[in-house]
Amino acid sequence: MTDIQAIAHQLAEVLTQYSADYIEARLEESQSSHITYRGRELDSIGRASATGGNVRAMVKGAWGFVSFNNLNDLRGRVELAVKQAQFAGNEESQLAPVEPVVDILPTEPDKNPVVIPLADKKQLLDEYNDIIWRTPKLQTSMIGYGDSYKKVIFLNSLGSYIEQDRADVTLRLTAVATADHEVQQAVLSLGSRGDFSLIQGLHQPVEQMAEHAVELLSAPQVKGGEYTVVLDPILAGVFAHEAFGHLSESDFVYENDRLREIMTLGRRFGSSQLNIVDNATMPGLRGSYKYDDEGVPATKTYLIGEGKLVGRLHSRETAAKMKEKPTGNARAINYHYPPIVRMTNTYIEPGSASFEELIGDIKEGIYVKNWYGGTTSMEMFTFSAGEAYMIRHGKLAEPLRAVVLTGNVFTTLMNIDGIGNDLKMNQGGGCGKGGQVPLPVANGSPHIRIRHCLVGGR
Amino acid sequence: MEQILAQAKRVAEEAEVFMVSAEEAPVQFEANRLKHIQSKQSSCVALRIIRDGKMGYATTTELGDSQNLVNAALETAQFGMIAKFELPSLTRYPEIEVFDPRVESVSIEEMIKLGQELIATVRGHTPDIVCEAGVNKEIISVHIINSRGGQANYRQSVFSLGIEGHLIRDTDMLFVGEVQSSCHPLLEPKAVTGEVLQQLELAKNRASAPSKPLPVVFTPRGVASALILPLMVAFNGKIVLEGASPIGNRLGQPVFDEKLWLWDDSTIAYRPESRPCDDEGIPSQRTPLIEQGRVANFLYDLQTAALAHTRSTGNGTRTGGGLPTPSPSAFIIKPGDTTFDEMVSDIKEGLVIEQLMGAEQGNILGGDFSGNVLLGYKVENGKIVGRVKNTIVSGNIYQLLKQIIAIGSETKWVGGFIQTPPLYYPTLSVASK
Repeated sequence: MTDIQAIAHQLAEVLTQYSADYIEARLEESQSSHITYRGRELDSIGRASATGGNVRAMVKGAWGFVSFNNLNDLRGRVELAVKQAQFAGNEESQLAPVEPVVDILPTEPDKNPVVIPLADKKQLLDEYNDIIWRTPKLQTSMIGYGDSYKKVIFLNSLGSYIEQDRADVTLRLTAVATADHEVQQAVLSLGSRGDFSLIQGLHQPVEQMAEHAVELLSAPQVKGGEYTVVLDPILAGVFAHEAFGHLSESDFVYENDRLREIMTLGRRFGSSQLNIVDNATMPGLRGSYKYDDEGVPATKTYLIGEGKLVGRLHSRETAAKMKEKPTGNARAINYHYPPIVRMTNTYIEPGSASFEELIGDIKEGIYVKNWYGGTTSMEMFTFSAGEAYMIRHGKLAEPLRAVVLTGNVFTTLMNIDGIGNDLKMNQGGGCGKGGQVPLPVANGSPHIRIRHCLVGGR
Repeated sequence: MEQILAQAKRVAEEAEVFMVSAEEAPVQFEANRLKHIQSKQSSCVALRIIRDGKMGYATTTELGDSQNLVNAALETAQFGMIAKFELPSLTRYPEIEVFDPRVESVSIEEMIKLGQELIATVRGHTPDIVCEAGVNKEIISVHIINSRGGQANYRQSVFSLGIEGHLIRDTDMLFVGEVQSSCHPLLEPKAVTGEVLQQLELAKNRASAPSKPLPVVFTPRGVASALILPLMVAFNGKIVLEGASPIGNRLGQPVFDEKLWLWDDSTIAYRPESRPCDDEGIPSQRTPLIEQGRVANFLYDLQTAALAHTRSTGNGTRTGGGLPTPSPSAFIIKPGDTTFDEMVSDIKEGLVIEQLMGAEQGNILGGDFSGNVLLGYKVENGKIVGRVKNTIVSGNIYQLLKQIIAIGSETKWVGGFIQTPPLYYPTLSVASK
């Protein structure tokens, strides 16, 4: 039995002894390693281990939360969380009912990337770095590799006790090309739910990335304005996440009457071809799990069905307040934080169009690929493409510098008029919200076409 | 800590132990109401060793587990980069005040009252706005010891006060907000709400922007959200060493407008980014970066400085539990002599940008940026006429900072890490619909 298992068993009893409407505790043990390269040389290599936990209590509608990595005096921590909640609470506590769960998920030692020898990881990164450096005109490269394996124990005053493990691998490669005072870069970002083999064998994409950075030096910047754009599956996945996913997180909505009016189920957001899903039950993706951080079983949730708003993501509290079912989307990045409503694996379902059909009738447009980043303010969103090409007379034409696309969620989803047949999930990067970043998620989509998309440029 | 150092010294030529612990008490309001009272305790020890000339590194939260920590650092040292520097021996540090005991003694009741006042003031101005507010106090202790006898200890207090308001009318959304932080308790909510009320006033009316190049004033928040990140990267000694900084080989040259002065400063009393020494025990200093438009210095930690044959500027910072790496402490742009009102009244048709969204997603190294004007105003004939939406602006910070019309006289801290006046540019590409 590990330390945190022993502590969890003691805590289980303590949690039932206080007069709160609800109390839960999470305990975590994690190991991780990282390797970074800057330029030709290894820049940093290290190992980390962490143990910690938290207690969260609800009294009269308000939360007390205590996090710690000193595991002494847990009774005192529980008392403090309850006292804080009592201090803040003055209405009725509402949490959607769920059945208590006792479940000890098997550990996944064969999927633990942390125990793979550092020498093996370093050799793979050396191979990728060599490929990047073989490219002429390349100024420098950056490689960031990280992995982690953690055990999380969840228990609450309803009698739930859940042990779950989670493994994670991320890899981000950047190639930087320079000429005169010009600097251009290209990025490849990948991840997996612990499966190291998914970041092996990428020699060809790494080479293409490095060549693309050099190609950008002579590429023109697009003229800013409205265009018909076609998004590749990676960028369309980021679009689904940023443009719509965040708006479907109920913690933005549940106590805001105006937003609730806007987000009425049944409201039309897109054409009848459009379906957007959040699904933590897909096996083996970075956003996958069996139970969320409130001990609620994961679900597949349709957010948009045939163009209409049909669902949203919930914690137990947001579900109760909106009189809907909990969806198991309360997630915390680690024990320092309380769970908040988050996405998991979010994607646009495939349609029937081929890529050629999507671009075939575009006289002048832009094909955008790959991913730099994205962000949202709910109504407005921006996301940026790592690669962009002009589309002229139905054919791909010259490459362009990185472009930023922006839009208004209420009009842009309506402007999707073509959905491809080639769904792909992307696991690079992570999601940030409320200071909790990067949370492992996956995004996906087939190729999609958007009319009248605002593109920044010269 | 001493035990970890002693164990490490047995197996390595050099060793350094860094420990940081923090106690934090955030009070959070959601949808105008008190929602969370929290208490967060954390501590972490980082061990860096040099064995056979190579660096090894490991961290843990379990302070009792020194042997595992030493073993993990030893394992990584086989592959680590060659250490080119010497850890500092016992050093005298400048006296930089970053701890105010009054922060600790602000009660939860007082913090709740501050949050309630923030919300009441903003809702008093705009009754149907929905506010989230946060009041936070934090005490941080840092201890560093190394095998050369170097030693540093300090405590820091941080207090912050912030509010964000959402005003929603049908599908039209307005976000306003302000956060301030200090090592002193911030007990005067008006300093925060004043900014928010001004944003609400200016955004009351709507205006539309044309799609064409326009003169633009960036407010201090606008500067922070659009222009600063590329500079922070460009002045990073590590990026310079790699040859990826566009100004890396232009030391002493006039790259920017001669009105521009910029420095990095971790010595200002009672600022949250200040400290007596960096995370390697190197004394804090004020480092000029741009002097009269000329590139003056870059920022270094020990290893990068050694590789570049120069000295550390005291910017070795551990972010996310990693090895020290050069990182800015606080960027300060010298104020000019033009008031914000004078800038606006000089514009026939143009924009004031208060916040850009997505500007950090472009080609940061090259200085290209492009972002949605999340909060910005149209100027016509010298007057702000209303808020613009569905507007994207694009430019390159190196082109912009070469041709500044005026630097503002009213300077302001934004996000804690930058102090800047408004900046006024002759032209920026604008696309709108």
